[in-house]
Amino acid sequence: MKTTAANALDAAVRRGISYGDVRVVETEERHVSTKNGKISELAASVSVGLGVRVLDRGAWGFAATDDLTSEGIEAAAELAVEIARSSALVQKHDVVLAPEGAHEVHWTSPVRIDPFSISVDQNLALVYSIDAELRRNPGITLAETALVFTRQRQVFASSEGSVIDQTRHTSGAGFTAYSFRGDEIQKRSYPNSFGGQHQLKGYELVEELKLVENAPRVAEEAVALHSADQCPEGRFDLILESSQLGLQIHESVGHPIELDRVLGTEANFAGMSFLTLDNLNRLQYGSNIVNVVCDARLEHGPGLGTFAFDDEGVPAQASDIIRDGRFVGYMTSRETAAAVGAKRSNGTMRADGWARIPLIRMTNVSLKPGEQSLDEVFGADHAIYMETNKSWSIDDKRYHFQFGCEIAWEMRNGKRVRMLKNPSYSGITTEFWNACAAIAGPEHWTLWGTPNCGKGQPDQIMGTGHGASPARFHNIRIGSAYAG
Amino acid sequence: MPGSGEHESGVLTRKRAEEIFASAVKAARSLGVRDLEAMIGAGTQALTRFANNAIHQNVAERSGYLSVRALVEGRTARANTNRLDEEGIRQAVEQAIGLARMQKPDPVLLPLAEPADHARPARYFPETAAVTPDERAKAVREAVNVVEAESQIAAGIYSTGESVLALVNTRGVCAYHAETMAIFSITAMAGDSSGWAKRSSCAARDLDPHGAALIAARKAAQAGAPREIPPGRYTVVLEPSAVLDLVGQLFGDFSGTAIRDERSFLTGRLGQKLFGANIHITDDVCHPLQSGAAFDGEGVPRRKVTLVEDGVVRNVVYSRQAAAELGVQPTGHGFPVPTDLGEAPANIVIAGGDTPVDAMIAATGRGILVTRVWYIREVDPYQKIMTGMTRDGTFLIEDGKLTRGLKNFRFNQSLVELLADVEALSPAVRAAGEEATDMVAPAMKVRNFNFTEVTKF
Repeated sequence: MKTTAANALDAAVRRGISYGDVRVVETEERHVSTKNGKISELAASVSVGLGVRVLDRGAWGFAATDDLTSEGIEAAAELAVEIARSSALVQKHDVVLAPEGAHEVHWTSPVRIDPFSISVDQNLALVYSIDAELRRNPGITLAETALVFTRQRQVFASSEGSVIDQTRHTSGAGFTAYSFRGDEIQKRSYPNSFGGQHQLKGYELVEELKLVENAPRVAEEAVALHSADQCPEGRFDLILESSQLGLQIHESVGHPIELDRVLGTEANFAGMSFLTLDNLNRLQYGSNIVNVVCDARLEHGPGLGTFAFDDEGVPAQASDIIRDGRFVGYMTSRETAAAVGAKRSNGTMRADGWARIPLIRMTNVSLKPGEQSLDEVFGADHAIYMETNKSWSIDDKRYHFQFGCEIAWEMRNGKRVRMLKNPSYSGITTEFWNACAAIAGPEHWTLWGTPNCGKGQPDQIMGTGHGASPARFHNIRIGSAYAG
Repeated sequence: MPGSGEHESGVLTRKRAEEIFASAVKAARSLGVRDLEAMIGAGTQALTRFANNAIHQNVAERSGYLSVRALVEGRTARANTNRLDEEGIRQAVEQAIGLARMQKPDPVLLPLAEPADHARPARYFPETAAVTPDERAKAVREAVNVVEAESQIAAGIYSTGESVLALVNTRGVCAYHAETMAIFSITAMAGDSSGWAKRSSCAARDLDPHGAALIAARKAAQAGAPREIPPGRYTVVLEPSAVLDLVGQLFGDFSGTAIRDERSFLTGRLGQKLFGANIHITDDVCHPLQSGAAFDGEGVPRRKVTLVEDGVVRNVVYSRQAAAELGVQPTGHGFPVPTDLGEAPANIVIAGGDTPVDAMIAATGRGILVTRVWYIREVDPYQKIMTGMTRDGTFLIEDGKLTRGLKNFRFNQSLVELLADVEALSPAVRAAGEEATDMVAPAMKVRNFNFTEVTKF
């Protein structure tokens, strides 16, 4: 792969470009899933190819190919340069990249049990066991399980002298139980929706999740929801468990801090951001107990946004985003860093495989643990506690959001007094984070994986990480999804 | 517009697809397996992206793949690769066979599909496949000039490309489809407002980027100084893109498998009059404004299916497997096997009416025009309540005229109720959006649309 990358880089540089980089990427995947005891997906995949990104005449060009013959590589380099010269026809300013050193690195993410060393037989035995536990409950009308494992090796080479060879392993596992009765479909997922939990780990993740052990409880909750009261509409204190809070961070902090959105380059599709540049170091984003970081380093944990180098050769870094409630930082790239006066990118450029260009993407955007005990978080006189995302939507500047959850409980003085179905809450991003009243401590903090974040044209899917502990928010609008 | 006939693409000829399949079959036979199915595909896609009145991203990709399914004594599994040399093909076949052999037999799993003729809509336009980066850049420059002339800022895309899909199996199925596709989308931004337009077609000559830019710029100018009005139930005029992105969320439920699994809103409702008598919906791959191959994930020809007639849900679609289990005929809408979802309509055509959007507005005392909706997600799967936001051109209608721009709303709207409350339909067009697959749809005037909250812009 290194030779292929070097050849492609040479083919681009020979054409007189001012900057070029090449990524050669090989991805292996295994998907195992069932539906009501039958296999709904059992597939192995491999994909290998390269992308050539060049700057010429101050403008970008990119071409990707899976034809790794010398002719294919030459053609891709030629096309990338032709495209850059076309880009220059409709250009306002030359692209200037923030400086970055040359890095020669070989890095592999830590794996205790290589998931590809586990037999498919063993995978099937696990998912069939989960399925049997779920469908032991007669109220379950549909049971789905899923396992997914990936190994991705990428060689990055740039005209500035970097050669970065990194391999990442990710695993994901989870299940969902559905119950249809009358005119209502209810469901419960474990340990999260979106196919469960996903991390930069090997098969050890699957063993940690205790999937079979949790199946009876989850099935029981799905069926019990039919008999639960409808979640009331009004303003209440809201307590979120950490996976739902992780998605709240993703949508209402992670996307708004993407500097490319702020600068307008996603305006046609993903949208822009309310976090215009004048808000930096001024906006009170949240209450003074809210601290958010963007951290791709291994020290932060095994997140889907953990790596050694980003996809334009910048080392993984930790950046403060919200400090004591104040907005203090964006996610940047080599092209955009100067817009906020930074001398260096903070390393958030990531691409979906070999065929797509890197974009500013969330790495691990996490809410730091608070200082409250779990009893203090749940200790409000009266609150609604919600678990597990069911629906999510936010406007194109990331102000107004609405989330639905699978299940909720009405809480009084820290005790669950009744189960509630169809819960939802909504609000304005900064009002919500400024209403944060309590955050549980590090012993309750989990680094969740969001495997399905979409952005860009052509579209790209990326995995991101979000750490959170359960937290309480004061006087939040609840129940509007079923209002009117 | 497409006529009939099959065009071969140089990115993957029928002959090359057959050669790849022959290599796969040879590998399978060496392992004692006779039943093999393959999807073999290839394509090129180029996309010129602009923002702040300049091209900022400009990309092209060339790719191919083999997705091979082995059937071994009532067991099946799939392997995918883009390594299309002999070794890559052999490894994929070995993996598929190996995965299949690890399973327990499924007594109801069907044998591979038999050959059958399928329609061959002509959707390959050589001049679209041949559009150059310079040609896209010049079209973008022309569109940007329109927006810049209004002191606005433009962002958008112009993409062109071609794709090929061959579906082949050892029972003699050998279906082939080549298609080109061009998409132009533009957002015009004017301080506190924005406008948007998007077009897609198999032929780039149909796009008219200049015309789309004029629409986006006009909407942005008209929507300036948006006012906030209270949320509530309003009469709305949904432009075709808004209809697409909302109503398009329904059709995954028009599936025999989804009903059998009791995850469809049609569970227990087939044959009922759920919608207004003015709602007629078909799935018709051969409609001249549609795109896509006329065969499904097993090579079964797609049939035209009447889904809704006079507001009554008449039919859903069936894969081979679902049809066999439910005792009906397959409709040619199956996903590649194995699959959890089974099947879904892919070429929706909602019959239009004869009321242009201007006439809908003129006949509205007080209402809201919605250009586009965004971030649509399902709140309730049986009532089919969807939430989302309006975006890029939301206008107040007063006394038959657009009087001003409005701040954007969040809605929580049952699609079942929406299609029961349609007062008028425009002629149908090929609608393009971001939340659902392009379909043929009209604009709709709908009463009692449920806006629940307002955002800040």
